[in-house]
Amino acid sequence: MLLIRCPYCEEERPELEFRNAGEAHIARSVNIAGETDDDFEKFFFIRSNPKGIIYERWRHMHGCARFFNAVRDTVTDKFVMTYKAGEPKPSKLPGVAK
Amino acid sequence: MSGAFRIPGAGRFKQAKTARFSFDGQSYAGIEGDTLASALLANGVHLVGRSFKYHRPRGILSAGAEEPNALVEIKRDAARKTPNVRATVQELYDGLDAQSQNRWPSLSFDVGAVNDIASPLFSAGFYYKTFMWPKAAWKSLYEPKIRAAAGLGVSPDQPDPDHYSSRYAHCDVLVLGGGAAGIAAALAAAETGMRVILADEQAEFGGSLRFETGAKIDGQDGFAWAQGTIAKLSAMDNVRVLSRTTAFGYYAQNFVGLVERVSDHLKTPGHDLARERLWQIRAKRVVLASGAIERHMVFADNDRPGIMLAGAARTYLNHYGVAVGKNVGVYTANDSAYAAAIDLKKAGVNVAAIIDLRDNPTGPVIDEARALGIEVNFGRAVIRAGGKLRVSSMTVQPKNGGGERTIPVDAILMSAGWTPSVHLFSQSRGKVAFNDETKRFVPGTYAQDCVSVGACNGTDGLSATVDEAYAAGAKAAKDAGAKIAKGTKPKVDASESWSRGMLGAAPGAGPDTTVKAFVDFQNDVTAKDIRQAVHEGMRSIEHVKRFTTNGMATDQGKTSNMHGLAIAAETLGKPIPEVGLTTFRAPYTPVTFGAIVSHARGPLFDPTRSTAIHPWAEAQGAVFEDVGQWKRAWYFPKAGEDMHAAVDRECVAVRKTAGLFDASTLGKIEVVGPDAAKFMELLYTNPWEKLEPGRCRYGIMLREDGFIYDDGVVGRLAPDRFHVTTTTGGAPRVMNHMEDYLQTEFPHLNVWLTSITEQWAVIAVQGPKSRDIIAPLVEGIDMSDEALPHMSVREGRICGVPTRLFRMSFTGERGFEVNVPVDYGQAVWEALWAEGQKHGAAAYGTEAMHVLRAEKGYIIVGQDTDGTVTPNDAGLDWAVGKKKPDFVGIRGMARPDLVAKGRKQLVGLKTRDPKVVLEEGAQIVEDPKQAIPMKMIGHVTSSYWSENCGRSIALALVAGGRDRMGDTLYVPMPNGVIEVEVTGMVFFDERGGRLNG
Repeated sequence: MLLIRCPYCEEERPELEFRNAGEAHIARSVNIAGETDDDFEKFFFIRSNPKGIIYERWRHMHGCARFFNAVRDTVTDKFVMTYKAGEPKPSKLPGVAK
Repeated sequence: MSGAFRIPGAGRFKQAKTARFSFDGQSYAGIEGDTLASALLANGVHLVGRSFKYHRPRGILSAGAEEPNALVEIKRDAARKTPNVRATVQELYDGLDAQSQNRWPSLSFDVGAVNDIASPLFSAGFYYKTFMWPKAAWKSLYEPKIRAAAGLGVSPDQPDPDHYSSRYAHCDVLVLGGGAAGIAAALAAAETGMRVILADEQAEFGGSLRFETGAKIDGQDGFAWAQGTIAKLSAMDNVRVLSRTTAFGYYAQNFVGLVERVSDHLKTPGHDLARERLWQIRAKRVVLASGAIERHMVFADNDRPGIMLAGAARTYLNHYGVAVGKNVGVYTANDSAYAAAIDLKKAGVNVAAIIDLRDNPTGPVIDEARALGIEVNFGRAVIRAGGKLRVSSMTVQPKNGGGERTIPVDAILMSAGWTPSVHLFSQSRGKVAFNDETKRFVPGTYAQDCVSVGACNGTDGLSATVDEAYAAGAKAAKDAGAKIAKGTKPKVDASESWSRGMLGAAPGAGPDTTVKAFVDFQNDVTAKDIRQAVHEGMRSIEHVKRFTTNGMATDQGKTSNMHGLAIAAETLGKPIPEVGLTTFRAPYTPVTFGAIVSHARGPLFDPTRSTAIHPWAEAQGAVFEDVGQWKRAWYFPKAGEDMHAAVDRECVAVRKTAGLFDASTLGKIEVVGPDAAKFMELLYTNPWEKLEPGRCRYGIMLREDGFIYDDGVVGRLAPDRFHVTTTTGGAPRVMNHMEDYLQTEFPHLNVWLTSITEQWAVIAVQGPKSRDIIAPLVEGIDMSDEALPHMSVREGRICGVPTRLFRMSFTGERGFEVNVPVDYGQAVWEALWAEGQKHGAAAYGTEAMHVLRAEKGYIIVGQDTDGTVTPNDAGLDWAVGKKKPDFVGIRGMARPDLVAKGRKQLVGLKTRDPKVVLEEGAQIVEDPKQAIPMKMIGHVTSSYWSENCGRSIALALVAGGRDRMGDTLYVPMPNGVIEVEVTGMVFFDERGGRLNG
């Protein structure tokens, strides 16, 4: 079982308390009704599914109930870092080469 | 005397008590402290089981968890029968009752042994090749026969009466394995004051110190040092010592699963003790001290009872005081078997000969063996063993060929060397590295915060092991945050050291293909099978493994993996590291379901939710159905009524007078705040800004893809307060969906969301008399149609308690839903019930609720919709705000496929024969005479007998359904084709007058 650090509770808690909520940093357009089919496809259907570093959303479901963002390595399953919803995508990751 | 093979003065149980036990119905004496295996051997019993495939007689191979052969059933009573218990692990208690397995009619005469003679039929991969034709015979003939013949042991046929417990623990340093290495590491870590847990699978700590008589630490015998140090560690507040505890799985972030066998070794466990305890431990640092496992020699008929690992024989002698024979032979490719021969010889056992495959080994143990007068032969192989139910001889030949010589023996001790136990390291996702010099895989690249010490790390010799382990324990504690280190390292005064050995098949294993030289005893895999797999085209070791099943038995190939790999590599003509090692997976040893499940079974398997009115419904004899975790009253049968009669009566009562329905399970969410209406505008398709406080509206929630996600009636209690209802099953996900948008997409909105499902009990009162039933109990609410029209909500009091009174209907009748604080739910229900009785009202359940709503064409999300239905498909376009600039799903709804013609639309269906009730889920076609497979144009979503309509009714999703009104369609069923007419969705009171009736 993974330990995940909730950036709101500011502590590591067991995976059981959390729920994955899909890829992060996919903004819903403020003019979504006017989006082209292509743009909507990108927004709604297309996901990166990387081998390696993924930016994703988690919810501290059985804790503070907040949604937050996490950086995880899909190969090792290791959480690199977590940060609050609305914060920008981190440009530098701790302990990750390249 | 506890067995003829118990040697006076040998072993560690000086004043042990006798323990009687039985094996296959025969009574024997053992002593407390024995394992079942040592007690059997003390009585000269070697034959303990039959093999999996060939039903060959098998004996005891090992003295530990790696045992592949000696699997027995332990029976305490009718419900407590445990199959496949390793006799080498099961501790003896007085009265223990064990049975051999996999034999009929008896262990010494087993009819299934015909498989051994017919073995050419059962070569590697025979399942895939033999049972291919005819195809139909697999299901009817081959599979049932194979399943009956194969398998090990018999599952218990009664529920497990024992209980199991579960603990979570955290520590700074977790030490797995309690031999010399583990104890030294734990000692070093413990002396820093850090929290340490030390676990070992055995009843007593010490590991190989149990048999290594040459070990001296801190001036004491090694085993005595281990006991003394364990006593010291156990007394420390910061240390937890767990014996009989096997670490079976190493998971992410130093999370380790262990099972502690709490009471399987006790004569009368009693009810206070759990049978087993699951430990889930999170450690800052893990020290792996899992030791090494001895390998057998691969030669013809190396599975005869009496042939065992040299280290095991030594353990039985030095720890249990048991000689495994009177005239033993030794077959080895490394030094450690010499120590066994020496110990046995000194104890008075005749050692017929040591056959050493190596050419000219030298060393003190060899000299000592010779000095004791033991015949030692180099460069020779045991090419086969004689005997059937017990080994009777070994036939020896120079390894490069030459004259054979047969030596009578009653036991053969063998050692091909020691395999480091890298199972847990490998489970931690560490990568092993092959050491070509020592021919073994040792820990290479680490993936987690752990370290391997001692034999499992490929470290040879007690002195080096203790040095390495003590330093690693201290470092682990320091890395975990220890500030001080104040202990003294144990001093190793004398130690044994042996490594090397050989991998793969010895000369006795062929190349003659009729020879059975076993690699994997438990799955009956021979050297020949592995060569054959390669010859048949398997190249990867993973394929060889699956084709031959080598290493796939419950022993996980502890003794066989390296041999299998070496034989495959040799046949392939490749070096071992290029062929690769198979993956080690949890569990290390079998884990009971009881330990994993613990208390989460029966009623505690999943939480059960029941409403405040549940006890009343139960007392009325309601039949309940499960809706998610909820128990809901399904129908209320009166004496003599079946379900149909009860539902018909309930449905008629609602439309004739009135019905009471417990709607408490309905999901309820309060949306509060200055931006509540704005938030509702974004989450639902409907317009909300202009909904006046005190009014209600039927809301539809979409996902972003434009499909219906949930629905429910929403009441506006105040400009900044909405009382939202959801479907019963949808409440948690709707709440999650709302929170998601509020927190991440619309965080600028000032809104609070609160789940109030469990705060309000909901009593639906529906029917022409509903107002007459409620009105006498209500205070502060004008109940007239003018003041409280259909789709409105008021706050007031009922029976003196607060209520949110909704005027709404899910039946098409005049109706109310009375919300009261949940603690008053049953009291208010009973008061309403008493009023209802005056008017002839009935209680109705979920089945009648379904029928009544279907009569009116009201949909149920999740039944009439399936996640691919748009509001338009469901005929709910009217509930979509046309002027709204945005709501979740607005763009998805406009996707080309979702606005295309010919989509499946919800319609009503009437069977031509009104008595015929369609099956829900049945497929619909245009032309029943078309060729199979027919083109299906839709399916039935809801179907009931409607007593109020006097006929069957159904809802269905049909392609282009609304353009087919009046058309005839067909529902092909196994018993014939049913003709249906496409209709509107409203079957009863089409004009809706009864809402105010």
